[in-house]
Amino acid sequence: MKHVTRKATRHVSQNEGLVFEKSSAGKAAWKLPPLDVPEVDTEKALGASGRKDLGNMPEVSEIEIIRHFTRLSTWNYAIDLGMYPLGSCTMKYNPRVNEVVARLDGLANGHPYQPEKISQGALRILKTLSECLVEITGMDAITLQPAAGAHGELTGLLMVRAHHHSKGHPRKKILIPDSAHGTNPATAATVGYAVENLKSNSQGMVDTAALAAQMNEDVAALMLTNPNTLGVFEQEIHKIADIMHAKGGLLYMDGANMNALVGKVRPGDFGVDLMHLNLHKTFSTPHGGGGPGSGPVAVKQFLEPFLPKPVVISKPNGTLGFDYSRPQSVGRVRAFYGNFGMFVRALAYIFANGPDGLRQTTEDAVLNANYIRKGLEGSYDLPYSTPSMHEVVFSDKLQAKKGVRTMDIAKRLIDYGFHPYTTAFPLIVPGALMIEPTESESKEEMDLFIEAMRSIAEEVTEDAQLVLDAPHSTRVSRLDEVAAARKPILRWKPQ
Amino acid sequence: MRYLPKSPADREAILKAIGARSIDDLFAPIPAEYRLNRDLQIPRQMAESEIVDWFRERSRENGDEYTSFLGAGAYLHYRPVIIDALISRGEFLTAYTPYQAEVSQGTLQSIFEFQTMISELTGMEVANASMYDGSTAATEAAMMAVRLTGRHSVVLARSIHPEYQEVLSTYAQHQGLGLTTVRFGDDGRIDLTQLQKAITPQTACVLIQSPNFFGTIEDHTALADIAHKSGAMLVVSIAEAISLGIVEPPRQADIVAMEAQSFGVPLGFGGPYCGVIATREQYVRQMPGRLVGQTTDRNGKRGFVLTLATREQHIRREKATSNICTNQALVALMVNIFMTVYGKVGLRELAKQNLAKAAYAAKEFSRHAKVLFTGAPRFNEFVVQTTTDPYDINNRLLEHKIVGGLPLKKFYPELGNAALWCCTEMTGRQSIDTAVRVAAEPTSASKSVPEADVEEVTR
Repeated sequence: MKHVTRKATRHVSQNEGLVFEKSSAGKAAWKLPPLDVPEVDTEKALGASGRKDLGNMPEVSEIEIIRHFTRLSTWNYAIDLGMYPLGSCTMKYNPRVNEVVARLDGLANGHPYQPEKISQGALRILKTLSECLVEITGMDAITLQPAAGAHGELTGLLMVRAHHHSKGHPRKKILIPDSAHGTNPATAATVGYAVENLKSNSQGMVDTAALAAQMNEDVAALMLTNPNTLGVFEQEIHKIADIMHAKGGLLYMDGANMNALVGKVRPGDFGVDLMHLNLHKTFSTPHGGGGPGSGPVAVKQFLEPFLPKPVVISKPNGTLGFDYSRPQSVGRVRAFYGNFGMFVRALAYIFANGPDGLRQTTEDAVLNANYIRKGLEGSYDLPYSTPSMHEVVFSDKLQAKKGVRTMDIAKRLIDYGFHPYTTAFPLIVPGALMIEPTESESKEEMDLFIEAMRSIAEEVTEDAQLVLDAPHSTRVSRLDEVAAARKPILRWKPQ
Repeated sequence: MRYLPKSPADREAILKAIGARSIDDLFAPIPAEYRLNRDLQIPRQMAESEIVDWFRERSRENGDEYTSFLGAGAYLHYRPVIIDALISRGEFLTAYTPYQAEVSQGTLQSIFEFQTMISELTGMEVANASMYDGSTAATEAAMMAVRLTGRHSVVLARSIHPEYQEVLSTYAQHQGLGLTTVRFGDDGRIDLTQLQKAITPQTACVLIQSPNFFGTIEDHTALADIAHKSGAMLVVSIAEAISLGIVEPPRQADIVAMEAQSFGVPLGFGGPYCGVIATREQYVRQMPGRLVGQTTDRNGKRGFVLTLATREQHIRREKATSNICTNQALVALMVNIFMTVYGKVGLRELAKQNLAKAAYAAKEFSRHAKVLFTGAPRFNEFVVQTTTDPYDINNRLLEHKIVGGLPLKKFYPELGNAALWCCTEMTGRQSIDTAVRVAAEPTSASKSVPEADVEEVTR
């Protein structure tokens, strides 16, 4: 390598095949206690419904399973190893106390249908978290039921629809800025709304004149991410809200980027009618390789009757309970009450921070993004010079002249010991590099990142092929995604 | 704040480097009138020990010493300790969706193994990487059948988990999907005559659950024949995954929608759980959710990638097969490890114990009460009809630190004083005997349980 990487050094990692390739008859990793009731003749009990065998399920021992998954784990990059600047994903530290409290017996083993009188602990957690999130968002009520951000969007738009329906006209369209995450339009379609795109202005913000022109009585809501996916705060937010409200439309906020706002400004104070949060982003619950998430939806008072059921209530006798009698509710979006384990973790995070810690967290997140921006300006093209909040978006315009695109730079970053940023999003920036450091990065880690990114920019001018062939240090080189999609192999089969 | 890695000097240095005088400069884009000039009114910052204490208290208020006979879509099975040991590794816990395959091979290979085992167990050809839970998986499977057939109504069994039915109806209402519900017969299975009548040329799929909400195993073959004869698909929801160890999977189905919680996922007061959809290869392009596929790198080495992304929201936006993005990856990993631990032989033995415990309990209950739906095979749940209100019985059981079966009045008023009981390998014979005895006691005995009696049953 031409440039030295200070962050990482190559080291040996173990090879490991598929678990099926280690399997052989007679190995076992399980042992059941003796049965204390009479055995049942399966044939007699199940008849034709009985299963003959379990096909190619593996047979392996416990030590092999430990080694198998441990070896696999070492092939992953993770927050615990270093900066993971995936824009809009808020890859912050996942505190370990969260994991400990979520595993306490009564919480981990609580059955969702156990009687309310022995569920007061879980109900108290639901209520306390709800109160904290309502205060943080500046809203009036909340549902914790949605299982992820996109599920929260769905729940939110169902409430939008129910609201308009109660006024006699469910309306037809949802306005969505061209910078929005793909879940926004996909969600609108699921709720039976047409999607109308809203163009951004030259500063990467909502063009309020265009919004005013497109807004009419057929528009149910605007789905707005704020700060938006460029990391830019919509400075005319009050005007946007006014335009929507003047014609009876609602302002929905996608809270993916709430990490830029907590403790500093509340969406409920700037005209938002309803919004979802991502507990796995802003509130530190682990991303787990792609979930579980949790997507609570907070609403203003006028939308409260439409919340999914059940909702937690205080009963006259002072205990907590569930209220299912909600005639205007949009219904249920998930069985039971949501991803409860994530509520426990998010609440532990809020307790660990308190009001001062949450505010400092937000300030550090914004400080870090601006430090990265300052460090990379000049090396990479900054398509929008509008001030950045918690993330910054560059483009590969300078590198593209040498035939190097954002994905190539991302792959080269891996060799420098970092997880790549988000590539090619938002769509309004061709060849985007979307970088969100979060508050969890020290100055030293960011200095290494800046150094790596600058070094790659130099490599592009000196030896573009080096970057185009990256990564050079991983177990596998670039994988053939085209072949994977053309002839999908989606499961192992015996030879 | 202990999670933040910067000293005051670091912050000053950064502010200086970016040319800002104070942190407030960076928040200047937010109009001043909206900025919060006070502390959030939330609990003060706590020490780690205080946090643990607070949640311990909540855990104690949450029935941490009770034996439970509740199932109904959430099952208590033993979780091998290596599950938490392995998923606690930061490389699994603190990674995200494996967009960058070269540094995510661990997650990708494990999902590929998950997809393989789910396919193997369900008798399907392919499975996705996970859905939120069983209820949304069943709903998305029905919507998938609608896309595949171009038809617009769903015929569903009334014996599907009532909350799954509610979720389906929430999603269906704005997509112009007609829903027709078919009743169950005296054997607890879907009424085939009524089903035949309910199917029309507009029926995209017949959606059933098996074992159904009452624990009864449906006749997949007959159902597939009826559905397919009319050009409709058969979608089978499975809420109790352990049943797959001993119950023939619905191989004739077109789509299987599963809740895999039973495979090593804590009850956790209802979530997070792990939905999954499995289907035939020919339908994979209409499948929602993430899929991992095998491919090769530039040197011909085997590797894994997220694939068929053109179905998904980040590419297709409003034309995507679903709006799902983040799924339940870490929970799917728990499921994966559980399936690997029990494997080909263990899953069967485990299922046999579940079958035996439930059979014993049902037999014991039948001495004093009526066990419904005995005309068809069942797995580890059964419905008991009593002369007294099941809520009264459950109140008495609570004094013995036992949580009784789920009273069904709320969901199925026509079943009267019925409750859904579940036994797993975790249910001890002594608890079963106690529950049977207390349930059989005349109501008057409930007023005061003698101390000695309590001693005896909790010994």
